[in-house]
Amino acid sequence: MAEAEESPGDPGTASPRPLMRDLKAVGKKFMHVLYPRRSNTLLRDWDLWGPLILCVTLALMLQRGSADSEKDGGPQFAEVFVVVWFGAVTITVNSKLLGGNISFFQSLCVLGYCILPLTVAMLICRLVLLAEPGPINFMVRLFVVTVMFAWSVVASTAFLADSQPPNRKALAIYPVFLFYFVISWMILTFTP
Amino acid sequence: MAAVDDLQFEEFGDAATSLAANPDATTISIEDPHETPKHQPGPLGGSGREEDDELLGNDDSDKTELLAGQKKSSPFWTFEYYQTFFDVDTYQVFDRIKGSLLPIPGKNFVRLYIRSNPDLYGPFWICATLVFAIAISGNLSNFLIHLGEKTYHYVPEFQKVSIAATIIYAYAWLVPLALWGFLMWRNSKVMNIVSYSFLEIVCVYGYSLFIYIPTAILWIIPQKAVRWILVMIALGISGSVLAMTFWPAVREDNRRIALATIVTIVLLHMLLSVGCLAYFFDAPEMDHLPTTTATPNQTVAAAKSS
Repeated sequence: MAEAEESPGDPGTASPRPLMRDLKAVGKKFMHVLYPRRSNTLLRDWDLWGPLILCVTLALMLQRGSADSEKDGGPQFAEVFVVVWFGAVTITVNSKLLGGNISFFQSLCVLGYCILPLTVAMLICRLVLLAEPGPINFMVRLFVVTVMFAWSVVASTAFLADSQPPNRKALAIYPVFLFYFVISWMILTFTP
Repeated sequence: MAAVDDLQFEEFGDAATSLAANPDATTISIEDPHETPKHQPGPLGGSGREEDDELLGNDDSDKTELLAGQKKSSPFWTFEYYQTFFDVDTYQVFDRIKGSLLPIPGKNFVRLYIRSNPDLYGPFWICATLVFAIAISGNLSNFLIHLGEKTYHYVPEFQKVSIAATIIYAYAWLVPLALWGFLMWRNSKVMNIVSYSFLEIVCVYGYSLFIYIPTAILWIIPQKAVRWILVMIALGISGSVLAMTFWPAVREDNRRIALATIVTIVLLHMLLSVGCLAYFFDAPEMDHLPTTTATPNQTVAAAKSS
């Protein structure tokens, strides 16, 4: 396959790209989220594959396998999707309206990738729920979700904070906090 | 005397004292480029803390319309038009929230804090936070109340979030719309001194809902008396902010209509809070009160209501 010279963030390229290179790009961004530094990689080479994979994984794991799923009251697959994508778009529009100089898709990319710690928390919670239920079970899950929530917020702040005007940083960061808080709540209240 | 004042650069403090002494004097403030010379008591510009006790300006409606025209000059299909509604800094949002929590008699929220810079950031995100606060607190409170019941299976009740969102956002937009329409209609019949733009009304309503966020969180406590005390406190604070804001706008009108307007505003506010309390939070029953000793009054009240 021909090696294309364009940047990964460039839409509308016609030449075929090796799958492994895309996967490597996604994996590299995962690493950047897990060890957040003030780097530009997430912003420069944005892509939406990672957020899509994470969102689908999260929505699938939040499903219950039981037959009477209507009585569950938990979020449906589509509801998780709507919360994640609509929430990310709202935060992006909000930060642009406040005068931030980040592009629309760059912001979506960052917010989507920073769901990674919470997806890991969801995995851990599902494993923990295989054990016997009880207060210890809940405390472990609470601890894990809290730590991952803090990680998500810190990671996304590290990437997004610089693009905001200095006297409005808190105004732009608060919706991010709310967004990850709601996702954490969905994860924490998951009962199989 | 007014002409001499016109030609001199006034200090902010001097302007305030001279105007307090002589409300009809004209001062020009060079600090705020949006302001035009007019007969208005009170200092102009950013630091409006030393407002005197007059709630109205004489040409407030003109000023509002003029500035509204000046600010939003971009056509409504461009992005810049909507950016003008988010032209607030962090400290301004905090100040507005603080103003909604501490209603000072004689201070008008719109004049003191909004000052022709209504923002949509506060109303939108306060409503969003309130939606999730009510849904999550309701869920948590129901869980705690029914803890220990053998037939109770915990459900996250996620669909209540959409219901809460519909209620809160409808209230935050439709009631200001109705109120604005009503004030415009009365304004055409009676020359009111003060009139507010639609966005300013939305702004006041949005910020006045802030008190309900800690109230919703405290509603988790499964005691009926506590919940109703919280309802009263929250209604008192936000109702007074709304009443003090809209009283100058209607007080020139027929006495009955003015009173009816204010009463309706407060009543709708109460309906919102009581409705949310009733729908999202289950009533705490006697059998499941935690081991705090209930007073006989509470016990009787709880038994009557369940």
